[in-house]
Amino acid sequence: MALLCVRGPLKTLAGGQGQHRLDGETIVAVIAGLEAEHPTVRGWILDERGSIRRHINVYVNGERGAELTPVGPEDRIDVLPAISGGEQ
Amino acid sequence: MTELLVGTKKGLFVLEGAPGEDFRITARAFAGEPVDYALRDPRTGRALAGVTNPFYGPKIWFTDDLTGDWQQAEGVELPPGGSAALERIWVIAPAEKEGRLYAGGDPGVLFQSDDNGESWQLNQALWNHPTRPQWQPGGGGLCLHSIVPWPGDPDRLTVAISAAGIWHTEDGGRSWETGNQGLMAGYLPEAGNEQPLALCVHHVERAPLRPERLFLQFHGGVYRSDDAGRSWAEIGAPLPSDFGFPLAVDPADPDSAYVIPLVADLDRVTPEGRVRVYETRDAGESWTPRGEGLPDADAYLTVLRLALARSGQGSAMEMYFGSTTGQVFGSADAGGGWWTLANLLPPVHSVTAN
Repeated sequence: MALLCVRGPLKTLAGGQGQHRLDGETIVAVIAGLEAEHPTVRGWILDERGSIRRHINVYVNGERGAELTPVGPEDRIDVLPAISGGEQ
Repeated sequence: MTELLVGTKKGLFVLEGAPGEDFRITARAFAGEPVDYALRDPRTGRALAGVTNPFYGPKIWFTDDLTGDWQQAEGVELPPGGSAALERIWVIAPAEKEGRLYAGGDPGVLFQSDDNGESWQLNQALWNHPTRPQWQPGGGGLCLHSIVPWPGDPDRLTVAISAAGIWHTEDGGRSWETGNQGLMAGYLPEAGNEQPLALCVHHVERAPLRPERLFLQFHGGVYRSDDAGRSWAEIGAPLPSDFGFPLAVDPADPDSAYVIPLVADLDRVTPEGRVRVYETRDAGESWTPRGEGLPDADAYLTVLRLALARSGQGSAMEMYFGSTTGQVFGSADAGGGWWTLANLLPPVHSVTAN
């Protein structure tokens, strides 16, 4: 099972836990697993299209990934807000 | 004591005070997050807010205690697996049925709640309207920003979408039809004005004592309808500009409307560096500038479409508006005189008054 790491409000929504062991062969599948365990997360990382929100970055073992990036059982996935300064 | 809910680019500010005095900030919520709209439902006292977190997307939140915690409402989303995502909640409005509220958002969507805002359902008839592929976004997106119930009749409702015009339902939202006759889009070529939908309505209000009458601030022009929004007549010729965003009415006077003209679509600031609210009391035949107490020189302000609010009615109607430069102005005599009640807020998106 992959290790999914969240922080900030996502950690709060995910039962107060920052680390989650989840099945899934892609980033989206692992996040969907988190949503299944903690429905309050739904809509916060992925939008209705199943896309990672524009200003959220997801990393697999430190490399930035996309929705369908493969994930193995030993992988670590980090979900982080993007650095999107300037406009805000 | 009056309470204002001021939605800003950096959170929600609750201001309280007495007319003519400085208002005090009594609560702040969603610090750092854009709050597009917030109101207190007068029927229940519950506050609701549309917040578009730049990272986590748009949500509706509600609370029964403005100094306490907020809860996220459920169902504020488009159908999963489609090609669109909800971009923003623009406005929330109490309906004519107990417990019901509406919320409008981008991309041109209407949500309905029947439990005082705790859960929401997408209006499917508008979402699946066969003309939707023709709808075009305005500069602020494809925003459903005006929700205008019909007093006493929960089945009748008018909404406005920029830039997809006016829409009416008379069966509680099961079907929708346009009401755009007479609106002229100066931003389209002449041939383009044959298109009935690409209409950038900025704001709409209804005269409650004469509900078939509506007033409309358009992208170019101010209009009035006397046939429940089926057709429109231009009434803004005497104004210094045909451009602006907000519009308000005095509920006690169906001939009344207030607008805040800006120079033009390419220069969205108050004309001549003077802040003026324009008032009509003869249904648009004439307009009177109301500026006593407002900045009279070197003031280039922008007032957004949901940043003008009123409380009460008649000669003692309170009015409040905020600017994208962080000022909030108030009037306690229906616009006769104004004072500055806040001067250093973040850019103001919306103001509601209780």
